[in-house]
Amino acid sequence: MNSKSKYLSTPYIFWAVSFILIPLCMIFYYGLTDKTGAFTLENISAMLTAEHSKALLLSLGLSLLSTMICLLLAYPLAMILNGMQVSQHSFIVFIFILPMWMNFLLRTLAWQTLLEKTGVINSVLSFLHLPALNIINTPSAIVLGMVYNFLPFMVLPIYNVLGKIDTNVVNAARDLGANGVQTFWKVILPLSLPGVISGITMVFVPALTTFVISNLLGGSKILLIGNVIEQEFTQASNWHLGSGLSIVLMLFIIVNMALSAIFDKDGEGSML
Amino acid sequence: MKLLKRIYIILIFIFLYAPIVTLMVLSFNASKTRAKWGGFTGKWYFSLLDDSIILQALQNTLLLALLSALIATIIGTVAAISLTGMKKRGRTLLLGITNIPMLNAEIVTGISLMLLFITLKMRLGFTTVLLSHITFNIPYVILSIMPRLKQLNPNTYEAALDLGASPLYAFFKVIFPDILPGVCSGFLMAFTMSLDDFIITHFTKGPGFDTLSTKIYTEVRKGIKPEMYALSTLIFITVLILLILVNFLPNSKNQAGEKKSRKNQA
Repeated sequence: MNSKSKYLSTPYIFWAVSFILIPLCMIFYYGLTDKTGAFTLENISAMLTAEHSKALLLSLGLSLLSTMICLLLAYPLAMILNGMQVSQHSFIVFIFILPMWMNFLLRTLAWQTLLEKTGVINSVLSFLHLPALNIINTPSAIVLGMVYNFLPFMVLPIYNVLGKIDTNVVNAARDLGANGVQTFWKVILPLSLPGVISGITMVFVPALTTFVISNLLGGSKILLIGNVIEQEFTQASNWHLGSGLSIVLMLFIIVNMALSAIFDKDGEGSML
Repeated sequence: MKLLKRIYIILIFIFLYAPIVTLMVLSFNASKTRAKWGGFTGKWYFSLLDDSIILQALQNTLLLALLSALIATIIGTVAAISLTGMKKRGRTLLLGITNIPMLNAEIVTGISLMLLFITLKMRLGFTTVLLSHITFNIPYVILSIMPRLKQLNPNTYEAALDLGASPLYAFFKVIFPDILPGVCSGFLMAFTMSLDDFIITHFTKGPGFDTLSTKIYTEVRKGIKPEMYALSTLIFITVLILLILVNFLPNSKNQAGEKKSRKNQA
């Protein structure tokens, strides 16, 4: 098989170079040149202007917050799911993948209907004589949208890793006198770390770079860095600036990927 | 404690499925705006059939998903096989590149492909979107086939060759049946990803070509047509029924076997 695989891999290498590597080089080319084609760092340093850095900081803040919330919601959920004697592993995956078949934009838009001043949630709240929830068109609504859309990406890797932990290891810890809390901190949590890290990457990157969720749930007033870049390409048509800002964004993504590569060497925490 | 766990799971599921139920309810709303309830109606399901714009977008979406998943499955399967046969350094490098579209931000992938197509003077439209979808689908295929390939016993393939099978024949008789579940789940994953994609399509589509996602995005400002809710409800219910049939009826035996092998691996 070995001798064959050399030319078997050629078409794919060709594909990967043309549609993955060269396009990335294009971003660097546009990001590091101006309209006349001369080399410049202006598009990169544009990130430091008040307008852009504000958008970047807001994106970082909201995406970190939603990643944290996802982790806090997903870990207990994954543990409960793992503890349930579900005979079919695929059933759990199924339940979390299923919502994807309803269009992502429509699902997010549905939150408008749910969150509006006179929306479903507020009707229920006022029926219960509870104070109304006015978060539509605020950063909170964006965080909610992020958590809603990306929660499955946190649950599945953690659930998968927890399922792979040898129950004998847990039992051994208990036999040696560790209580439930100690077993969790010393045995289960460290062993599940690959899943946690992979979940964090899977949630953080799309949350940091989204422009759709902020557009749909944040009104059109709140600009995240994704919105800024999207507008440079679709409305302002300054591709050089848009590419420059994307390069800065990629730095954060690369750091994130490097972290996950260090902690999850064997790809154990994969989603499937 | 058990009750608390139950409540927690139920709350999460309400959170995940509330928007979906909302959309289904809206598809029966007689009022055209989503803000108020105008009584129950099924008329949107009928007017959907006459809405040529939505039907065209649906056709584009399905064709794209099918073609891109199919092509990605073929390229991905060949790539996965050649990857397992490669030396470690080359494999790590190529796998690293493969993972880029999956780990990178979709907006960056979309922009980078758009810049490529424009530089090549390609007209943005079906072809460019198809190429982009294939590109982000391949990693899902490769990653669902690789674990299967690693479990294979390489001697069976060699044995087939020794017994006089041609390489292609040996592949289809010996290797392919074993990796088939991986190929299928890779295809399904790719199909789903393509169907649900908005961001990359948004950047690579050009004017005049629309999928359901991009159509919805342009309608956001004017208000979504109720027919769109009806269509998504139909798609969702169809998929739900299909997946239930596939998952829970015939092959419970198969799945038990799968679970065992997964345990053994660990």
